[in-house]
Amino acid sequence: MQKIKPLDHLILILGVLFLFVPVLMTLMSSTHGAVEIHSGGLYITPGSDGAATYAKVLTHRGGFTGDVTGLLMLTNSLIMGLGFAIGKIALSMMAAYALVYFRFRFATLLFWMIFATLLLPLEVRIMPSYQVMSTLGLLNTYTGLIVPLLASATGTFFFRQFFKSVPDELLEAARIDGAGPIKFFIDVLVPLSKTMMAAIFIIMFIYGWNQYLWPLLMTTDESFYTLMRGIKSILQVWVGSQIPDYNEAFALAVLAMVPPVAVVVIFQRMFIKGLTESDK
Amino acid sequence: MAHLSLKNVGKTYGGSNQAAVAGVDIEIADGEFIVLVGPSGCGKSTLLRMVAGLETVTDGEIRIGDRVVNQLDPAERDIAMVFQNYALYPHMSVRDNMAYGLKNRKTPKAEIEARVAEAARMLELGPYLDRKPRALSGGQRQRVAMGRAIVRQPAAFLFDEPLSNLDAKLRVTMRMEIRRLQKRLGTTSLYVTHDQLEAMTLADRLVVLNGGRVEQIGAPLEVYRKPASTFVAAFIGSPAMSLLDARFENGQVMVDGHALAPVGNAPGPVTLGLRAEDLRITSTGVPMRVDYVEELGAHRIVHGAIGDQPVAVVDNGGAALAETVHVLVDPAKLHLFETSTGRRMDTRIQAEAVPAQ
Amino acid sequence: MTDTPLRIIETERTLLARFREWWSGETANPVKRVQFDRPLTPWLFILPQMAVVVIFFYWPSVQAVTSSFYIEDPFGFGSTFVGLENYQDALNSSEYMSTAAFTAFFCITVTALALGLGLLLAVKADKVIRGAETYKTLLISVYAIAPPVAGLIGMMFFDMHMGPFTQIAGWFGYELKVGINYWDTAIALITISVWKQIPYNFIFFLSGLQSVPVSVREAALIDTKSGWRRFKDVTLPLLAPTAFFLLIINITYTMFDTFPIIDVIVKDKPANNPMTLVYKVYLDGFKGNDIGGSSAQSVILMVVVALLTVLQFRFLERRVHYG
Repeated sequence: MQKIKPLDHLILILGVLFLFVPVLMTLMSSTHGAVEIHSGGLYITPGSDGAATYAKVLTHRGGFTGDVTGLLMLTNSLIMGLGFAIGKIALSMMAAYALVYFRFRFATLLFWMIFATLLLPLEVRIMPSYQVMSTLGLLNTYTGLIVPLLASATGTFFFRQFFKSVPDELLEAARIDGAGPIKFFIDVLVPLSKTMMAAIFIIMFIYGWNQYLWPLLMTTDESFYTLMRGIKSILQVWVGSQIPDYNEAFALAVLAMVPPVAVVVIFQRMFIKGLTESDK
Repeated sequence: MAHLSLKNVGKTYGGSNQAAVAGVDIEIADGEFIVLVGPSGCGKSTLLRMVAGLETVTDGEIRIGDRVVNQLDPAERDIAMVFQNYALYPHMSVRDNMAYGLKNRKTPKAEIEARVAEAARMLELGPYLDRKPRALSGGQRQRVAMGRAIVRQPAAFLFDEPLSNLDAKLRVTMRMEIRRLQKRLGTTSLYVTHDQLEAMTLADRLVVLNGGRVEQIGAPLEVYRKPASTFVAAFIGSPAMSLLDARFENGQVMVDGHALAPVGNAPGPVTLGLRAEDLRITSTGVPMRVDYVEELGAHRIVHGAIGDQPVAVVDNGGAALAETVHVLVDPAKLHLFETSTGRRMDTRIQAEAVPAQ
Repeated sequence: MTDTPLRIIETERTLLARFREWWSGETANPVKRVQFDRPLTPWLFILPQMAVVVIFFYWPSVQAVTSSFYIEDPFGFGSTFVGLENYQDALNSSEYMSTAAFTAFFCITVTALALGLGLLLAVKADKVIRGAETYKTLLISVYAIAPPVAGLIGMMFFDMHMGPFTQIAGWFGYELKVGINYWDTAIALITISVWKQIPYNFIFFLSGLQSVPVSVREAALIDTKSGWRRFKDVTLPLLAPTAFFLLIINITYTMFDTFPIIDVIVKDKPANNPMTLVYKVYLDGFKGNDIGGSSAQSVILMVVVALLTVLQFRFLERRVHYG
């Protein structure tokens, strides 16, 4: 119907170049040596030092105490991403269930209390949050890394929206079939939400994995460092060195971006659905 | 198997001062098929859902068998319900959909299997037992919903517009099937629909509702032949009964200045009801302007007006019609309603009318 | 006007009704036609979330407000109540005001560029058929990259020794000094932030475009020959809700989520570098140990964000009602 003009493709190709080439160059440059990069700039073709660089980044003990390896940071990032995604789904699904399917005192008040968390992102209350965490003795713990991030309503809203779209008759049929609240939740609602759970899992995993500021504050013990925290420390070491370890920084960046990017690309359809239908 | 009894049942929603349902009295015998019919918003679904236990009863008393069920949970009422959108559990197979309620009631496994197999046989669902609902057609889903009700062997079936989501042809087939099954199982049934044809064909007795109140209860033909009000008259039957402003003069009922039939006398204006099939086109009688003709094959329906009041007439002739025809009606088949209340007028007027002729 | 008293009565009535709702849990329009009526079960389900929200959201938020009225002793020997002094200090400080000015500038630039480019790419990707999926995948993949990683990649590209952008600027005879020159750093921050945000806007605009019914597109095709007019008169108005939603999201993004990018590029060295208000809260609080001042700044930001969010929800609510 509509004619395709070469200009459309040109614009798209420029867009792809602007967005994707930096990623590609990061990937390629990480396979070159530091000296090579220092003298020759960034590369768009693969080099030969990749294996050595990645082996070093993954297994070499670095940092200030000499305890932290890339592998450990990778594991911590994974714990962070998975823990956050699972925690988020569990908490928000349960809360949304209570809000949608029950008539109880203070329901509206609780709804607004949860709703209000959307008003203030973590970055705004970072200082007092840190103090609270230190009062509770949760610095340098996985609990401290993950649980406070769960205090937001995004997931709850997402599931509330979804539960509202579930036909009323399903609950009515289940009640006639003799299912109580817990049975209905486990037998009907949870299996019904599978696709939605998967979509929100992807979004939340990426969110957890990509956390930067919170791990920066929560963890001084290097055994709790995530990859994002590692990037910060590699840059701190950087200052003052003759030839910075460009290759290692790039390798770390690649490690930090490959899992979430892979998840998005593989589950693209589901991810887009989850993202756009939940409105954030 | 049980009788069902609704005594002065009413429902007022919190925050509203108008009753959604009021003063409903119905006695339903064991095995009877009752259809609640009325336009949307008349309270028929609310009433059904009150029987199911999905809405609280704010007034009156509902009994299923000998138990007052007002305070019971839906699951404890010994009923089964078929929903308009089927409400099948999308993630369960047909088999699990049917078995779920029985499992929750801790029915022994062998018994569940036997009942599901029996229902599947009756509904010809055997080959689909392991499929998910989304792999079924609308008609098949409807059958599964029926099956889910049947396996429970409840005291009563409740149907909430179960055929509305099907296409016209399938609706007719399923209608017969529901009736056949109900006859065979002998289970007391309460069925909600807005489709008067569905209501007429299915019901042992009809309950016509309007604005939350019962307009008339009776066997389909009884309701058809003696509608208790203009509302029922206009709602039941197709084409709808023509309702005309009329008055009495010298023992004759007069429409647009023409004497239509001798029926007796009553003061003031009346509303005259005429069924299309009761009118005959003749060479004498009241003149009627012809607007258009619907040819239906077996007969045709002539739409027109007496004066400026619309009238429909069933005609079996095949000849072309003039612009104006004359119609006559058998005085025994007239329906008279009080204009002010819309209620059917005492039949004595008509009884007296015959000797007066 | 005459309707004013009536409206006040109406408002009072609604407030009372709302209060009653809060108290009893009875809602005029319940979410579901049928709900469970159990005294205990809902609490079991909602308790975990409430616990987390109260401990990790309300407690710190209240603390932020309280400590904004105090000056903390630098050596940790208690604190003194100073009323609004911290707020006055912040608002009277030229440094704070210039940071605020930069934040506003940063917000507008990044939002405009990220929205504009995202829309442009979405419109084109919606149009092409050949290769559409490939373009989409490549454009979207950047979404998942963490801001600090984006910052790191950007840093390399603006590196003074071997960064490609520095080289390109060199061809035009300009010496790009990111991290040293205020506006050079600003350009780097904006470029990286826009780069990171385009995919998000792209995803939303594309899905908005694809939800325009085919029949509407065809009707427009019959009505006008000009592609630009079709876009301007039909597509754009239909995209307006998406665009407004994204506008708010992008403003929030530039204010808060760009923190890691700034941290990576500026590296705790405010020296002569631009930064946003959020970054200043962090610097003053954690590096400068000015807890009271930092809290006051937090509270000011809270108000700004709360206003933005309320605006967003008011709008979303309208969108729900009027389609």
